[in-house]
Amino acid sequence: MSGIEKRFPGVHALKGVDLEIGAGEVVALVGENGAGKSTLMKIIGGVYQPDAGSLRVDGHPVVIRSAAEAIRLGIGFIHQELNVLDNLDIAGNVFLGRELRRGGFPGLLDRKRMMAETEASLQRLGLGLPADTPLDRLSIAQRQMVEIARVLSLNARILIMDEPTSSLTQTETARLLALVKELRAQGVGIIYISHRLGEIEEVADRAAVLRDGANVGTLARGEITHDRLVTMMVGRDLNHFYSHHGEGRRPRYFEVSGLRTRRYPHHEVSFEIGAGEILGMAGLVGAGRTELAQAIFGLDGGPPDLRLDGRPLRVGSPRDAIRHGIYLIPEDRRRSGLITESNIRENVSLPALSCYAKAGIVSRERERGAVAGICGRLNVRAPSVEMRVANLSGGNQQKVVLAKWLLLEPKVLIFDEPTRGIDVGAKAEIYELMRNLAEAGAAILMISSDMEEILGVSDRVAVMHEGALTGMLERGECSEDNIMRLAVGKGRK
Amino acid sequence: MKKELGILILLVALCAVVSVLNPRFLSGANLQNMARLIGAYGVFSIGLGLVIITSGIDLSVGSVFALLGVLLSMMLTQWGWPAAAAVIAVLALTMALGGLHGLLITRVRLQPFIVTLCGLLFYRGLARFIAGDETKGFGNSAGFEGLRDLANGSLFGIPAPFILLVIISLVMWVVLHRSVYGRYLFAVGRNEEAARYCGVNTRLVVTSAYVLSGLLAGIAGIIFAFYTNSVSPSSHGNFFELYGIAAAVLGGCSLRGGEGSIIGILLGTALLQVLQNLVNLLGIPSSLNFAVMGAVILAGVAADQVIKQRAAKTVK
Repeated sequence: MSGIEKRFPGVHALKGVDLEIGAGEVVALVGENGAGKSTLMKIIGGVYQPDAGSLRVDGHPVVIRSAAEAIRLGIGFIHQELNVLDNLDIAGNVFLGRELRRGGFPGLLDRKRMMAETEASLQRLGLGLPADTPLDRLSIAQRQMVEIARVLSLNARILIMDEPTSSLTQTETARLLALVKELRAQGVGIIYISHRLGEIEEVADRAAVLRDGANVGTLARGEITHDRLVTMMVGRDLNHFYSHHGEGRRPRYFEVSGLRTRRYPHHEVSFEIGAGEILGMAGLVGAGRTELAQAIFGLDGGPPDLRLDGRPLRVGSPRDAIRHGIYLIPEDRRRSGLITESNIRENVSLPALSCYAKAGIVSRERERGAVAGICGRLNVRAPSVEMRVANLSGGNQQKVVLAKWLLLEPKVLIFDEPTRGIDVGAKAEIYELMRNLAEAGAAILMISSDMEEILGVSDRVAVMHEGALTGMLERGECSEDNIMRLAVGKGRK
Repeated sequence: MKKELGILILLVALCAVVSVLNPRFLSGANLQNMARLIGAYGVFSIGLGLVIITSGIDLSVGSVFALLGVLLSMMLTQWGWPAAAAVIAVLALTMALGGLHGLLITRVRLQPFIVTLCGLLFYRGLARFIAGDETKGFGNSAGFEGLRDLANGSLFGIPAPFILLVIISLVMWVVLHRSVYGRYLFAVGRNEEAARYCGVNTRLVVTSAYVLSGLLAGIAGIIFAFYTNSVSPSSHGNFFELYGIAAAVLGGCSLRGGEGSIIGILLGTALLQVLQNLVNLLGIPSSLNFAVMGAVILAGVAADQVIKQRAAKTVK
């Protein structure tokens, strides 16, 4: 692609971007949210047409007007959100939309041939599962493999992977990266988009960095380092990316004792967080951390046994939790954290709406004033608080979720994967905010699958494995090795 | 706002065309009659709109009208209840039924469509059974002139149901568009889970929408009973829920929930009544009544969708 330009009303999204990829090459595309990565990918996928510039495949200029044309040119997408159907089996997914038919009666499916071909491509990916396994029995990582199998079976020569590891565990991530290398060896060109710079260091042959809709440079294999990438992406040094650390914490500020979740009813979990402390919670996906967060927030059956500042709390619903100053920033922003169809103002004011109301009637001025104030403080980038949340970038959406709780008085904040899918700049802002909140005396529980984040942000780290708390590491004991051992249930060294 | 503007233009254009083709459209008597019907239909359409905004639906309204009409007639003419007691009893009943629907939907987690479909069947059957499948009426009995006036009276030439609709609309406009509760309704309709995570008591909000809708349906049902003055349990109120749903959808309520406005619902109701009237005034065979309505609603909703998609494209 060369000289790609795209303007939207009010935004010059791409200002002459060039990108090229060879067969058997892995090019990482990095940049903050809003840098133009998605727009560029949508142009390759035929969703948008460029205003200027050209696309060439094998040297021939092409025009891509639809997803179907992209497929015909051998361009396949693996999206961040999985596009598989849970109600079908693997073969059904792989052949979705181009099912093989039998001769004779038109419209009869040739299941046998589909099964065979599916199993062959699963083999190639190292996923030894029968082709008739229903998708809803597979883990997220396996589903993603199915999606990759589908795209590859379309004879994709160029594979675009958008944040493929954002919902994978570490082992699954490692397997995916191995697969990327394997595909590269088979001659597939891969555009790899990720915010996880460690993966990029590991797998990319080149890294192309976008900032504000323009190329800022390309790093070759040897030059790719975390620091250089960050500097190029944000255009400045992020000196205090992780700002340590809580001091003078008041212990046993928030206590959880004997907590059981519906998913792991046989395990009791107890821990405490000090005022001013950030407790990181590590573990593999499915270790029961999200369920734990939901239980504390009153979303998982029976009321948990909680104490805040020594006083017992009754939390039977999120309403109760919120009344006591316990807030949850959920893992799935779009599903549980935000009403994406509503605007920023309506989202931020929702939990505290009665504060801006007299006799049940909302005063919009007071509401708007408060929301605009907090959004300014959090540096939410939007033209106005009347903007629909769906149109914001991931980082800004997360700030809106946070703004909601910061307008109230947080005593305990539970962050579930606080920076998933968020760019580096916004990440740093969120970490800083967490630290400020802790310093203001809040107890913070941070659930994260991002090892860097756990190690960088936490004052202590709790590790879970299959519903049980397998370890509590003090700052000095925290190491990737220790955490991983506890997370897989092996106990520390 | 844009959505309402579209249907307003359609409404005005339709009125203009009909009044050119048949000047009787603008006669006092015709306008009065139309306003009376808009009043009665509007009241329960607003209720349906609230339910639709929570991403629910209520199919039982027409059958509730029959049940309530039959009971009202029996209370007043056979059992000799005072009018006030009968009204209170009827409204309590419709609110209780709404509450029951709400509980089945929020607690037992049944789908609104199924719950209220069963209601549609059940209340119709109940009405026919209670009435012994006979038409119940109010005849010329005395003692409830107030209720008759509510349906058939006028104040300064404006039909009483229309005045009632204006009052209810004003109240409901404040409730839906300015109050905390209204904001919760939209929040629940757009994303129930996120609303719950924000501490909104989503079950209460949804259930209360059905109760409110029940109250409004009760008020409208009383008007209809006295408007027709006789209640045939097998046909009274047939299809009325669909008029309400059509009015709400025409007025911009999305069946996916979270969208809609009082003004839109009012315009939708008015449009449907103008269409009914048009069929009569333009000499279109009355058997085509439903076909005309179906075609216009479809055209309206399709046009709206096309315009919306265009708009979305130019924005992006």
